[in-house]
Amino acid sequence: MIFVILRNGFRALRRDRGALVLAFVLPIAFFSIFALVFGGMSSGTPRVDVAVVDQDHSSVSNRLVDGLSRESSLRVHIKPDAHTNGGEAPASSAPYTAATAERAVRDGSVPAAIIIPKGFGEHPIAFRQSGNQTPIAILHDSSDPIAAQVVNGMLQKVVMTSLPDAMASEGTKYLDRFTGGLTTDQRSRMDSALTRLRDYQQRRQHSTTASDDGLTNGLISVSIRDVVGGNKSNPMVAFYAAGIGVMFLLFTASSAAGSLIDEAESGALDRLRSARVSMTTLLAGKLAYSASLASLQLVAMFLWGAAVFHLDLFSHLPGFVVMTVATALAAASFGMVLATLSRTRPQQAAISTLLILTMSALGGSMFPRFLMPPVMKAIGQFTFNAWAIDGFTKVFWRDLPVVDLLPQVAVLAATSIILFTIARLLARRWEVG
Amino acid sequence: MSETPDRQQPALCVNSVSKRFGTITALSGISFSVGQGVCFGLLGPNGAGKSTLIRSIVGRVTPDSGTIQVFGEPAGTETARSALGWVPQDLALYPLLTVRENLDTFGRFQGLNGETLNTAIEWCLEWAHLADRSDSLMKALSGGMKRRLNLAAGLIHRPRLVLLDEPTVGVDPQSRNRIFEMIGNLRELGTSVIYTTHYMEEAERLCDRIAIVDHAHIIAEGTTDELITQSFGAQYDVTMRAAESESAAPDWASALGGTMKDGVAHFSIARPVELAALLSAAGERGVNVIDVALHRPNLESVFLKLTGRELRE
Repeated sequence: MIFVILRNGFRALRRDRGALVLAFVLPIAFFSIFALVFGGMSSGTPRVDVAVVDQDHSSVSNRLVDGLSRESSLRVHIKPDAHTNGGEAPASSAPYTAATAERAVRDGSVPAAIIIPKGFGEHPIAFRQSGNQTPIAILHDSSDPIAAQVVNGMLQKVVMTSLPDAMASEGTKYLDRFTGGLTTDQRSRMDSALTRLRDYQQRRQHSTTASDDGLTNGLISVSIRDVVGGNKSNPMVAFYAAGIGVMFLLFTASSAAGSLIDEAESGALDRLRSARVSMTTLLAGKLAYSASLASLQLVAMFLWGAAVFHLDLFSHLPGFVVMTVATALAAASFGMVLATLSRTRPQQAAISTLLILTMSALGGSMFPRFLMPPVMKAIGQFTFNAWAIDGFTKVFWRDLPVVDLLPQVAVLAATSIILFTIARLLARRWEVG
Repeated sequence: MSETPDRQQPALCVNSVSKRFGTITALSGISFSVGQGVCFGLLGPNGAGKSTLIRSIVGRVTPDSGTIQVFGEPAGTETARSALGWVPQDLALYPLLTVRENLDTFGRFQGLNGETLNTAIEWCLEWAHLADRSDSLMKALSGGMKRRLNLAAGLIHRPRLVLLDEPTVGVDPQSRNRIFEMIGNLRELGTSVIYTTHYMEEAERLCDRIAIVDHAHIIAEGTTDELITQSFGAQYDVTMRAAESESAAPDWASALGGTMKDGVAHFSIARPVELAALLSAAGERGVNVIDVALHRPNLESVFLKLTGRELRE
């Protein structure tokens, strides 16, 4: 008896393509995507892009820049290039200045920048905070919390590997300063210095907010400054509201457009078509409904974010409205294609689940794209999750004006038009036979 | 809404309509016309071509050849569509809308609004006996009520020609009678009706004229009496059962022009009084008849004779 039930189950599964896809294709697709995202198929740790500005132009600073450039975990950009400009050649190829590097971090071209200050070569090493070092500045975007830490760690490492003579020289200076030829008095001063150094080390070990003052503790003095998101009360909420919002928008729009299939199956669609309703009018009406519903969903999500997670919605309303409308229309058009493509509701549900979860994984709804390897980032560009999330990030994270949303809005609008046109063509199967 | 009718013009004129889907011929040279105020029945088994014919009339299928005119206008045009009301066999309604909301929706799709729409909705609610359920969700209605709402949604714009595709499928006898009442009301208002059904008794009861469709053709058309006369003349069917298997029975049946099948003798007679002669002959031949039945042929008989099978096969 159990065998009969078992056999029937597998027979039914074999004939249900949607269930088969959900059972086997989707898990494998997701496994592959996340394996790629987390570097399982790439060669080691993803490289962090960093803009480097050398204001010192000393031999020491040159060697530091060279050392950073040789680091496999960093991709150093002395000047804007295609990589930091969304794949396009930049308008200017002048080396980064402190101002342009900060702008690059602000607009998301690079997650971090290193500013080597003038005078760094004279006192590169900071065994202690002596007051005569000008700290190297690391500017970073706190939406990418890993980049600043990687850059700082690499900076300290490069000092060890690239500037050993500077370390020895500085050590001698310290020795000379503190011992003065090791007289009794010098020995006493040395002991005192070592005591202070030990105290200092202990303070470091016990401190849980070692870098709260913006100065990190290492061989060289580093000041880390958050140039994007530093003034926000709950910086990652906007990112997750957009990421999760867009994913569920797609599910909602897909489900709403699925009413077309219900109407086709019930005969209501035929009835409408025999009345005075053209197919284009019908699809436009469905698109309007799906897009409105999707917009309301985003509004509800962001209002919740504002009320509970202190998301600053109300000072970003123009950008929010623009991105919401553009994203909702694109999601609604996507839903229309799925509805007109599928023959049955179960088929539509299977296809939409597969596509939406895949697009969401690749497009950054589940895992931030800035943490993905470059190949995955590039693939993600083909999903409109990525464009929508980029747009919302520009609004809520980077505080950019509405005009800066043009690339995202243009892509989403073009996507909407193309998808709606495809849906209209596919809907011809419901027209006169 | 109704326009001033030219009473001489047929409500529907179908002329040499053919339609193929790939290798399948759905309609082959179909021609008929339906006068104004007439209830016209389309009888035929599944796959005969009835649905394709109905969908061609409402403009949902484009014939390969031939013409269809609704009150003189080509099928599918705006004027023809507004004169037509189509009630599909499926419950083509919105389950999560109320009765009134469904009527409002289909009314607006038909171009109605304002007071005209409100009046039409009230008329439909009364006509379909659904006034007391106007605020109920469609999905909460009984099967019969859903059928009536389905009918009402097709008539919200008060068309002059109504196509009813098996409107009583799956309803109980009480609801069926109520639907017959509704169709009777329509006829009193002068509405022309095309009625497809599997139920012969419905066709006999409701339809002025009937066309029998089979294998993409109309194989017979006329009133019920005309169809019976065409097929059987003015004959009556007689069946007689003998007491037990008697060897004389086949000879007796054969001698009087009848046939024997499964122990039952079948005869065809012109007048009921001829029964006496059949019984007398049986007595003379020693055949003991224990059961006698006299039938006037009906549509079922006509269909069986013309197609060689039952309608619901």
